Amino acid sequence: MFSSLSRNDWLLLIVFSAIVLVLPWALQPIGAAYPDLLQKFAIFGIFAIGFNILFGLTGYLSFGHAAFIGVGSYVAVWSFKLLTMNVIPAVILSVGMAAVFAFLIGYVSLRRSGIYFSILTLAFAQMSYNLAYSVLTPITNGETGLQVRAIRQTAETSLRDGDVRVIDQLFGIPEVGVPITNLFGMKMSGYPGFYFCAVLLIICFFIAMCITKSNFGMMLKAIKSNQNRLNYTGIHTRPYLISAFVISGMYAGLAGSLLAITDPIAGAERMQWTASGEVVLMTILGGAGTLVGPVLGAGLIKYAEQKVSSWNEGILHNALSALPDGVEDFLVGLFSFFVGEGWHLTLGFLFMVIVIFLPGGLMEGARRIRASFGRDNSSKASGSKTVSQPAE
Amino acid sequence: MNMSAAETITEDEDERGFKSGVPDKVLHIDDVHKSFAGLHALSDVDLDVRKGETHAIIGPNGAGKSTLLNVCVGRLKPDRGAVIFDGDTLTGKAPHEINQLGVARVFQTPEVFLDLTVLENVMVPALSKRDGHFKLNPFAAFTSEKKIREEAIEIIHNVGLHAQLNDIATSMSRGDKRRLELAMCLIQHPKLLLLDEPTAGMARADTNATIDLLKKIKEGGMTKVIIEHDMHVVFSLADRISVLAGGRIIAQGTPEQIKNDPRVKEAYLGEEQV
Repeated sequence: MFSSLSRNDWLLLIVFSAIVLVLPWALQPIGAAYPDLLQKFAIFGIFAIGFNILFGLTGYLSFGHAAFIGVGSYVAVWSFKLLTMNVIPAVILSVGMAAVFAFLIGYVSLRRSGIYFSILTLAFAQMSYNLAYSVLTPITNGETGLQVRAIRQTAETSLRDGDVRVIDQLFGIPEVGVPITNLFGMKMSGYPGFYFCAVLLIICFFIAMCITKSNFGMMLKAIKSNQNRLNYTGIHTRPYLISAFVISGMYAGLAGSLLAITDPIAGAERMQWTASGEVVLMTILGGAGTLVGPVLGAGLIKYAEQKVSSWNEGILHNALSALPDGVEDFLVGLFSFFVGEGWHLTLGFLFMVIVIFLPGGLMEGARRIRASFGRDNSSKASGSKTVSQPAE
Repeated sequence: MNMSAAETITEDEDERGFKSGVPDKVLHIDDVHKSFAGLHALSDVDLDVRKGETHAIIGPNGAGKSTLLNVCVGRLKPDRGAVIFDGDTLTGKAPHEINQLGVARVFQTPEVFLDLTVLENVMVPALSKRDGHFKLNPFAAFTSEKKIREEAIEIIHNVGLHAQLNDIATSMSRGDKRRLELAMCLIQHPKLLLLDEPTAGMARADTNATIDLLKKIKEGGMTKVIIEHDMHVVFSLADRISVLAGGRIIAQGTPEQIKNDPRVKEAYLGEEQV
């Protein structure tokens, strides 16, 4: 079953898993080892890995994947409200519903390719956002967002204001205060929440690795490389594309459900086009088409979002205090545009630098560094031949 | 139907003019007409290709050769007429469906998977030939398809690309990409191979190597249709030749017959070349 994976693949999986699981310690030096941020690393890592299956392998750039995050979140919160605070039904239902949505949107959007496909997905996502924001208020609670409430005491209470949780009530699971999501009793907030997300991230990484190395993955790469040739090679590309779209939509649905699990509220803003654009940035920043790159990109962007946005002039003054006063003031004045509320400028600048100098993202940077070490070694060892290694 | 140009059909013809039950004709182009904005690219084209033969289609620029090939592989839909291959009507079918029936095509500009290695380029069409249709199995290993891999390596060796087995196709020369594309078609074991100017842009040595390669394939009994400008290639390979001019077939016959046909001399070849 897993014969498609080489020894190097297994090694990569083990190293990746180990790094993900030790993140709470490894990120302490950079001040990122707190559960909220760690959860976001894992959740958006899953989102980016899934997006990469579509964009990285087939080259089809979707600008509407945030719609599936939103669907996943809403379905998860409804699962908490109607069924149980246990996360397992929420995850399963979210992924399933995201798959249905992805199939419907993909079936229509994939009738076109290139910019037309991107625009179609963007249009669908914005339609979904507007539906969630206004038209479907009875289901989404509109601007306020859908939240988990205490179990209602009377049947007259609106489902938005009081939950039923039939499974929890059936099993007589007691509730005290604000209901919290759980995995068979284990609360899904803080570090347990992170580890739940981390395990799912590792599973998602493994599935993406299997897809990449399989016949199916090779067909997706061939679509990116030359779809015309593939058509004349006897392969109907559309089912492959729809499958890739649905799979990546399911990843996004899972990410959406995890957002709701770690913070049981679902709002329409998760479906905004900016959220769709963010995953594009994550994937390109890390390295589209690679397995690790999108996770790196997601981590970098979420770190910048949390950290750079919290910096202010005081922090900058402290950091640059060793410089002469005039220089310090000048640099603080300059950098203050790029921190705090201006952190998007830092992100934009970083994105420009990566795209111009490292079109293959951070993974290309890693490859170049490795290649330069390879050259150094080969020049030292006379007569030895440098063997180029694949990306991953 | 322009019967004067076509070979005589003697028995068991069906209503489409295709001789059923007799494995003589593989491809039958029946009264095909195609125009673009009033310009007649193909008019009343009738053509038969026999099983196992190498059939060359020649003609001056703009004669409609590539249009005819595009009609055959489903890239263009004719305004009128039909293309029948091995008893199946190709007209209206999608390119991938036509390929699944056993028709492979080599393009004028090499169409390969530039981001994949030479080996992967040849293995992908093999999967298509074997699978036929969509198959989603993320655990079926591409690299462990041993039988396909071995056959792909053998074919790559035959076309002379074994030294570049693991090279990415984008770094290859145009001539090598042509050979790679040919290998991609050969691994599908097509019943009919359509070649659109397979030696265009090649140096003489490469052209001769390609001729030798195509002769080798000929020994395997595969039917081939070649569109070619280079008369050296045409007369080296073709069993029969059809001449297109102004979207019509003006002559059809053996290379000797074509060489001596005054209409061909006038329309295309020119006195000195003949």
